[in-house]
Amino acid sequence: MHPAPSVIIFTTLSGLGFGLLFFLGLGFPAVSGWIAFVFFAIAYGMAVGGLMASTFHLGHPERALKAFTQWKTSWLSREGWCAVLALIVMGLYAIGAVFLGQVWSLLGWIGALFSLATVFTTSMIYTQLKTIPRWNMNLTPVMFLSFSLAGGALLAGQTSAALPLLLIAALVQMLYWRKGDQALASSGTDLGTATGLGARGTVRAFEPPHTGTNYLLREFVHVVGRKHAEKLRVISFVLAFVLPVLLLVLPFNHFFALLAVASHLAGVATSRWLFFAQAEHVVGLYYGKR
Amino acid sequence: MTQLPNSTDRKMGLVIDLDTCVGCHACVISCKGWNTENYGAPLSDQDAYGGNPSGTFLNRVHSYEVQPADGHAQLIHFPKSCLHCEDAPCVTVCPTGASYKRVEDGIVLVNESDCIGCGLCAWSCPYGARELDVTEGVMKKCTLCVDRIYNENLPEVDRIPSCVRTCPAGARHFGDLGDPDSDVSKLVAERGGMDLMPEMGTKPVNKYLPPRPKDTIEEQIDILAPLLAPVAEEPKGFLGWLDKTLEKL
Repeated sequence: MHPAPSVIIFTTLSGLGFGLLFFLGLGFPAVSGWIAFVFFAIAYGMAVGGLMASTFHLGHPERALKAFTQWKTSWLSREGWCAVLALIVMGLYAIGAVFLGQVWSLLGWIGALFSLATVFTTSMIYTQLKTIPRWNMNLTPVMFLSFSLAGGALLAGQTSAALPLLLIAALVQMLYWRKGDQALASSGTDLGTATGLGARGTVRAFEPPHTGTNYLLREFVHVVGRKHAEKLRVISFVLAFVLPVLLLVLPFNHFFALLAVASHLAGVATSRWLFFAQAEHVVGLYYGKR
Repeated sequence: MTQLPNSTDRKMGLVIDLDTCVGCHACVISCKGWNTENYGAPLSDQDAYGGNPSGTFLNRVHSYEVQPADGHAQLIHFPKSCLHCEDAPCVTVCPTGASYKRVEDGIVLVNESDCIGCGLCAWSCPYGARELDVTEGVMKKCTLCVDRIYNENLPEVDRIPSCVRTCPAGARHFGDLGDPDSDVSKLVAERGGMDLMPEMGTKPVNKYLPPRPKDTIEEQIDILAPLLAPVAEEPKGFLGWLDKTLEKL
């Protein structure tokens, strides 16, 4: 898949932003006044910034409101609803915490629930696609949720929660890569089933339909950068998990905490780039590109 | 709107004969020609006459080589357009309701004024049947020439999809695949029509007829050759004289 910057920024930032909102909604840390304002500003900046970025790849962003209509069938529509509800409920909760010194914990719990639901619905947009075996796995939502919770705990300064959550997310990431690498092969889809000619012999793409490129090849058959995938995995893993865990184990220091957050953000963004760049859409089979 | 109908009254679709297709791409051109100036936004091209041309097409013809375990390889031309699936994933993923499947004939269409161009329907299609138009920012796909097949302004012979009307080899057939007595359904039953990527669970309406087995080559391949031995009779008379004279020059 084409690793469009808009979707990488969106899933990375929104995942972390809603993760932070989850912890704020549960009252970790229990903040009020200006400190609460800063925490909520960071969370909203990331969550809303990510959502805005996701509209950049739309052909007609001015019609985006129509995307709220099909929640009965469409995960993208459900994601829109969850995101808006999470932001509204958490906004009310934030007003209480920042300006009124009130903790409306029921509102916080509901907001936290919708924040996690937003991350889950985002992951389901990808997970539902049978056409991309690497995404069509139970581990995909687990990965999105574990990343969001680990990053949220890190941003919320919840060291004791962040450590185990980072370790869990690291484990999920490793399992995802392991299973993902076999996903296309074990899906049973190949050029033989794509053309229905597999029983007759070995099928080979002889001539593409056009000498030039097209939308399908640009969008679904990204191969640039695959050769660096192994190195990028190591870089992403070290940045997202190893370094933040080491920094958390060291005696607490605000600079270390900031470094841990920055490193985690860069690591997750790299992992998301790989999530898209390495995903093989089965339409590539028709072009002999798998 | 993006909920799929439980069943459709008819299942209009195409039957493509891989035995007959000669790979001339006439269907590709006639599809582009008809659909760029009729239903919905035009099918734009980018850098059409430059070094890196690219454009929106609703129908593309691939060519595959099949190498059996023993025997000769076979070249198979493979036209591919929307299969108007019964369980169309492109419809249910659409967040706006722009993508829909018609109850009356099963045709999958895009309401372009509702399309936000998110591309998710194209992601969900295993066949590459949907292409986002770069100029218009909306999703384009085969309409089964919905503006031809019911069009009473056209002569009756033209009320079939443009690709079917154009095909010089008769490799494309159009009809109701939900009616077991229709010509296309009989053709599918007779020739063992197949689904593409059945494991995807999309239940395509369009069917592909597999190539018929080729003749096998026998030992005595050249039974006519002895009868076709070159006949070189020496010319006589004036022509014989002319031949000899010219030879001497």
